[in-house]
Amino acid sequence: MSATLLAVQTLNGLQLGILLFLIAAGLTLVFGVMDFINLAHGVQYMLGAYLAVAGYGITGTFWGALLLGLLGALIVGLVLELLVFRHLYDRDHLDQVLATFGIILFLNEAVRAIWGSTPLTLPMPDILSGSFELMDGLRYPVYRIALIAAGLLVAAVLYVLVTHTRAGMLVRAGATNAPMVAALGVDIRRLFMLVFGFGTMLAGFAGILAAPILVVEPGMGDNLLILAFVVIVIGGIGSIRGAFIAALIVGLVDTLGRGFATDIARLVMSPSAANGVGPAIASMLIYVLMAAVLFFRPTGLFPARGG
Amino acid sequence: MTASSSAEAATAALSPAPRRSRETLIAAIAFLLFAALPPVASAMNDTFLVFFAIRVMVFAIAAVSLSLILGFGALVSFGHAAYLGLGAYSVAILAEHGYWDVTISLPVTLLVCGLFAAVTGAISLKTRGVYFIMITLAFGQMAYYTATSLSAYGGDDGLTMWGRTEIFGSSVLGDRTTFYYVVLGVLLLSYVVARMIVASRFGRVLQGAKQSEMRLRAIGIDPYWYRLVAYVIAGMMAGLAGALLANAAEFVSPAYMSWHRSGELIVMVVLGGLGSLAGSIVGAATFLVLEEVLAHFTEHWRLIFGPLLVLVVLFGKGGLTAMLGGGRKNG
Repeated sequence: MSATLLAVQTLNGLQLGILLFLIAAGLTLVFGVMDFINLAHGVQYMLGAYLAVAGYGITGTFWGALLLGLLGALIVGLVLELLVFRHLYDRDHLDQVLATFGIILFLNEAVRAIWGSTPLTLPMPDILSGSFELMDGLRYPVYRIALIAAGLLVAAVLYVLVTHTRAGMLVRAGATNAPMVAALGVDIRRLFMLVFGFGTMLAGFAGILAAPILVVEPGMGDNLLILAFVVIVIGGIGSIRGAFIAALIVGLVDTLGRGFATDIARLVMSPSAANGVGPAIASMLIYVLMAAVLFFRPTGLFPARGG
Repeated sequence: MTASSSAEAATAALSPAPRRSRETLIAAIAFLLFAALPPVASAMNDTFLVFFAIRVMVFAIAAVSLSLILGFGALVSFGHAAYLGLGAYSVAILAEHGYWDVTISLPVTLLVCGLFAAVTGAISLKTRGVYFIMITLAFGQMAYYTATSLSAYGGDDGLTMWGRTEIFGSSVLGDRTTFYYVVLGVLLLSYVVARMIVASRFGRVLQGAKQSEMRLRAIGIDPYWYRLVAYVIAGMMAGLAGALLANAAEFVSPAYMSWHRSGELIVMVVLGGLGSLAGSIVGAATFLVLEEVLAHFTEHWRLIFGPLLVLVVLFGKGGLTAMLGGGRKNG
């Protein structure tokens, strides 16, 4: 458990946190404004990655792939909104869960049918492909730092959008009390489409950013979707600030837990027992964290809903 | 959240008495068909049919247990497959350590599932709506990841059971037909217990809490404890299904508790019609037959099933039992 290892794991944790934030940001606003549970948000992450791989095939550059991936993710999201989601807003949560579950089954399988089950990769751009010396004897890839920076930049832009623009004000108002906003003459459906499209693109963006360092495979969004749920539950539904802080916490706790749980377990038990117990404890950590937060703050750390 | 859920649409279609007799009729037909299947299958020399029917009955038990909390308590639990897995792993891990007898594995299975349901239920039931769905999903996923990280018990690859649970030291369950009828017996027992629960005062409180929590509180009943007990019972029942599943396959794997499986269980219950326990049995059978038939045409059967599910949600109301009985909803 050296300092370098700790530094690397912390950076990796931040990286997971940033990806989670990009997915959770759109999801939490959709929950907040429309009280709509969208399980299919995770497939948008997967689609972003796949469309970027396809875009790379066409343009041959990472930047072209990024552009086409974002555009494709936005189009798919808006088409889904138009065809299916639009008809679900007035339904109960069970209907929303079932219909979006159907969409997950369809899109995961469609991706498998088109691109096959074998994992794909997206080459990273040349300028970001190197590594540099972070501290003595520790080299860290530039791309991963760039990923963290890009995520922080998006978070900053989102913060300005939500707190300093008219549209952002309406979104915040919508998350607090949607019927009131509608009664004041705001077209809440159009506002929602804006939020939804933007959220879809953010999830797609996360998928594209992750594509060069993680494998691109069918169902890759499912696990992150559930982690994003944990983030939203901890952060409070409808709160961007909550999503950001909770995403970083979840990313760090999960990564550091997986990195060090076995070592910590060794302090209190025999090495062989620790090897068995450590990973199991590590995979439970964030859920225990979620349970603890819920126990003390049932509506999350930063609840947006006024009542 | 609108009040016009499919549950109310289905239950509003018929007055209680004919609804109850239709429920009994569907259940009676289902159980008769199940009971008659082994002789027919052996006459046709079709062993696959028996294996398939065992699978259907195991999932029917899990669907009935979910129906109890989802259909009658409106608790959309998206982590129900966790109990299937917990039950399966309880039996398999005990077997791995040489404990094969039902006198040990049955109480342990019920205890493990009951405890997990009590702890996670106590936390999840403090919340409502979207929160409840997300939290049950997260706890289900916790069980899944824990199973994948159990390297001593196969981890990702799962764990093979070299045999089946013994009953008082005898391995009668090794016989396919005997095992079949044991599974059928457990299904029948689960169904009867669930029906008794629904008809009892306890069940009426559960259904009352679905309609108006405030009115229940006004007459001095706190629905929280009723929901928690129902949640624990449902968890234990699904754990039983998991124990049978492990025995049927003589193998357990974390895939039993993947969240897709939880989603499929919800689909089974809704297909059969919310608020109908017999419907859940029909729903489980329909889902698995549909999966089998579609998979026959193409390995990408989900390409057909996904949109089908969306269409059922958007346009179908009340599930199969409502359609079978001709009692369409009227509002």
